[in-house]
Amino acid sequence: MPKDHGIGASPKRREDVRFLTGAGNYTDDINIYGQAYVHFLRSDVAHGKINSVDTSAAEGMPGVVRIFTGADFEGVGGLPCGWQVTDRHGEPMQEPAHPVLAQGKVRHVGDPIAAVVADTPEQARDAAEAIEVDIEELPAVVDMKAALQDGAPKVHDDLKNNLCYDWGFVEENKAAVEEAFGKAAHVTTLELVNNRLIANPMEPRVAVGDYSRATDESTLYTTSQNPHVIRLLMGAFVLGIPEHKLRVVAPDVGGGFGTKIFHYAEEAFCTFAARQLARPVKWTASRSEAFMSDAHGRDHVTKIELALDADNNFTALRTETYANMGAYLSTFAPSVPTWLHGTLMAGNYKTPLIYVNVKAVFTNTVPVDAYRGAGRPEATYQLERVIDKAARELGVDPVELRRQNFVTEFPYATPVAVEYDTGDYNATMDKLLEMIDREGFDARAEESKKRGKLRGLGVNCYIEACGIAPSNLVGQLGARAGLYESATVRVNATGSISVMTGSHSHGQGHETAFPQVIAEMLGIDESMVDIVHGDTANTPMGMGTYGSRSLAVGGSAMVRATEKIINKAKKIAAHLLEASEADIELKDGAFSVAGTDKSVAWGDVTLAAYVPHNYPLEEIEPGLEETAFYDPSNFTYPAGAYACEVELDPDTGRVTIERFAAADDFGNVVNPMIVTGQVHGGLAQGIGQALLEGAAYDENGQLLTGSYMDYAMPRAEDVPFFQVDHSCQTPCTHNPLGVKGCGEAGAIGSPPAVVNAVVDALQRAGKDVTHIDMPLSPSRVWAAMNG
Amino acid sequence: MTKVTMTVNGKAASGDVEGRTLLVQFLRENLRLTGTHVGCDTSQCGACVVHVNGKAVKACTMLAAEADGAEVVTIEGMAGADGSLNTIQQAFQDHHGLQCGFCTPGMVMSAAALLSENPKPTETEVREYLEGNICRCTGYHNIVKAIMAASGQDVGVIAAE
Repeated sequence: MPKDHGIGASPKRREDVRFLTGAGNYTDDINIYGQAYVHFLRSDVAHGKINSVDTSAAEGMPGVVRIFTGADFEGVGGLPCGWQVTDRHGEPMQEPAHPVLAQGKVRHVGDPIAAVVADTPEQARDAAEAIEVDIEELPAVVDMKAALQDGAPKVHDDLKNNLCYDWGFVEENKAAVEEAFGKAAHVTTLELVNNRLIANPMEPRVAVGDYSRATDESTLYTTSQNPHVIRLLMGAFVLGIPEHKLRVVAPDVGGGFGTKIFHYAEEAFCTFAARQLARPVKWTASRSEAFMSDAHGRDHVTKIELALDADNNFTALRTETYANMGAYLSTFAPSVPTWLHGTLMAGNYKTPLIYVNVKAVFTNTVPVDAYRGAGRPEATYQLERVIDKAARELGVDPVELRRQNFVTEFPYATPVAVEYDTGDYNATMDKLLEMIDREGFDARAEESKKRGKLRGLGVNCYIEACGIAPSNLVGQLGARAGLYESATVRVNATGSISVMTGSHSHGQGHETAFPQVIAEMLGIDESMVDIVHGDTANTPMGMGTYGSRSLAVGGSAMVRATEKIINKAKKIAAHLLEASEADIELKDGAFSVAGTDKSVAWGDVTLAAYVPHNYPLEEIEPGLEETAFYDPSNFTYPAGAYACEVELDPDTGRVTIERFAAADDFGNVVNPMIVTGQVHGGLAQGIGQALLEGAAYDENGQLLTGSYMDYAMPRAEDVPFFQVDHSCQTPCTHNPLGVKGCGEAGAIGSPPAVVNAVVDALQRAGKDVTHIDMPLSPSRVWAAMNG
Repeated sequence: MTKVTMTVNGKAASGDVEGRTLLVQFLRENLRLTGTHVGCDTSQCGACVVHVNGKAVKACTMLAAEADGAEVVTIEGMAGADGSLNTIQQAFQDHHGLQCGFCTPGMVMSAAALLSENPKPTETEVREYLEGNICRCTGYHNIVKAIMAASGQDVGVIAAE
């Protein structure tokens, strides 16, 4: 019988009612009396020297309040990068300046040159068209390998070249890995591209800056996954506003997927301009602007080699990756191809020797940073593709080759610096095989064949590192931030509870799931608990939501704070019951003396805390409110096995997803309905990457996929109903909830399943195709078949 | 400026607009009906779908002046007078057919238009009809399921949400 409340239940989401009735409060729904609007004039060339920006005609246009250019930001800080990577030779990465508005040069299409503030959005846009910009166009670098050639145009003139860093991991293993390759019985090599993606949350970015002359306080309303991070970065590094004079509010946010983690120029601009003009300033991105200003994702070019011994055991793995940084370093960009990617190259396998080399490259393209999965999809894709290729070369079952090399004993220290606490990769594989009816595949393939179609089945595994992250560890790795999370549990006099969390919900359902945990711990009804998030003015300093961390880290902080509440409440109850604190039990919302029928209700204790007439004032303070900061001791390691069955039309090359199954181990699950929904969404994004999506630039650095007319988002017709299971559960051993995180899994595990399935279909049809780069568009598939 | 008058969610509404003012701007900015969202600028995403004279329309693709005299229904007009969710809205909540909620108003308005045209759509018909509504969160699974459930069909056979 499924539970109807608490941990493990699936109550309907309480946030849904406002979203379903048009009562949501997204940033663009916020309008402040007297606000002006900003329109950014953006570069239409990828690389150029700014000779002049003449705003004189525009300044006289109707409604114009003021026009800002790069010169207005000369005394202002640039956008900071939050992670410093150290290269193979012990040198820090090359780190260019990132001005709020372009100074001297433009470096990608979409780079903001000027900002027009006017009374209406239309007036701002009209005036921007009257600005005369003289740009001397320079040759653009788009291709990463070309960007590293001697004599290539430099994106940043003050850097040595376009190489951000050349990273080796684990550098000390390099020679041993080479030696292992020398002894290998078989080596499988694969070169592949992890295509550049654009996150495309459905809500475009918005920023509203406000300033109070009365209090000298600035407020920024913004579409962010982590308002405290924006407050810290923008306040300390860009505008020089101390935290107590800066409030950042991220209200309802319409999806993030990583691209709303970062601190963007438009946020700093609106905050800055509101102070300058003593007037609220609002910016709402058009989707076209989003395509050229939201940080992109992925964009790796990789060569991977897998060495096996004569018994098909993996003996070594070696990769060389070129990772596109774009024109500037976005907030966490350097960490994605390194610490979020290299550390996952062991996958689910006990490969003893691994060497990862990553060259991060500046190009005249939009900055690239974390997108759902961030580094882990890139690791999973190359590893699971090369294993599939190895199985074909060796003539062995790809499932059995994986099983043979699975890590089976835990904890397991990988050769790439992480320690998996728990897992059972055979269990998720067994579950997957049970779900997909592998035995029935031949009959389905035969049926497809009768209709002139090809059918293929792809299977793969994945592992990811979530619950980001132990602060002391990431500090050693170059993070310029801690990655704890916080919660304040405020119990009110009548027993209701407000939880102020540093986590941020932008679709994940925290307002529903977090109260389930509190209700379980206290034995009270979930409706007595409200979650407050998204406003630095009323939540403790937190690091926000990304990296599948909210429940594992933010939820753990909430548990720790609630434990403190319980401890104090027991002291109060002991006093009221005239019993020893050690004898007090909390069950079903009441405190009782063990072995007796004496008890007081939850509400009696909470009331006593705030009306302390009969209260142990000499021992404890009145009130019932506790804060906890939780810093995890390790990452969490969700893992699983995915399978995709495709049908392929040999006449057109069109691939359709016929069946998709996901067997995940997320550890304990608080709300199965929400977890399943998270997997569904991740699968669609991964299938989108595999079949449809790809940001394309021409050789001049023009973004060819600048709208939904050109960038193929997955639509309802592109995906099937999914089979999703998370009954295999090996709870995390180091956080109090035993949870591992589920937000990114679908996007990490699904691309290799799709590509493995398409290659399988082609091989079954006798085609000598071992790889096709994503997205597997009809033209690419057709060309590979007929090439 | 041009004066436009229309009925929105059963009430008379009017305002002065520029010739270029879009219906969605009029609804959001003049009438403060912010449930209708703008997710793109190429009429692709469907976050702005409303009903104009009973037909589903992308409010970013119609001028406010074109809606002069029309009957317009937005997401704010879908729930009962007592605030209770209608059948489609309730099905979206029951089947977890929304996550961030940004595409949701357009999805609900499109679903309502579909079910008025085709009261018992198949899965394929639902997916085809949603061609003009993009969701980035749900993978569509629970949206399709919710719409089929709202049409009174048994969705118990579809993999659990």
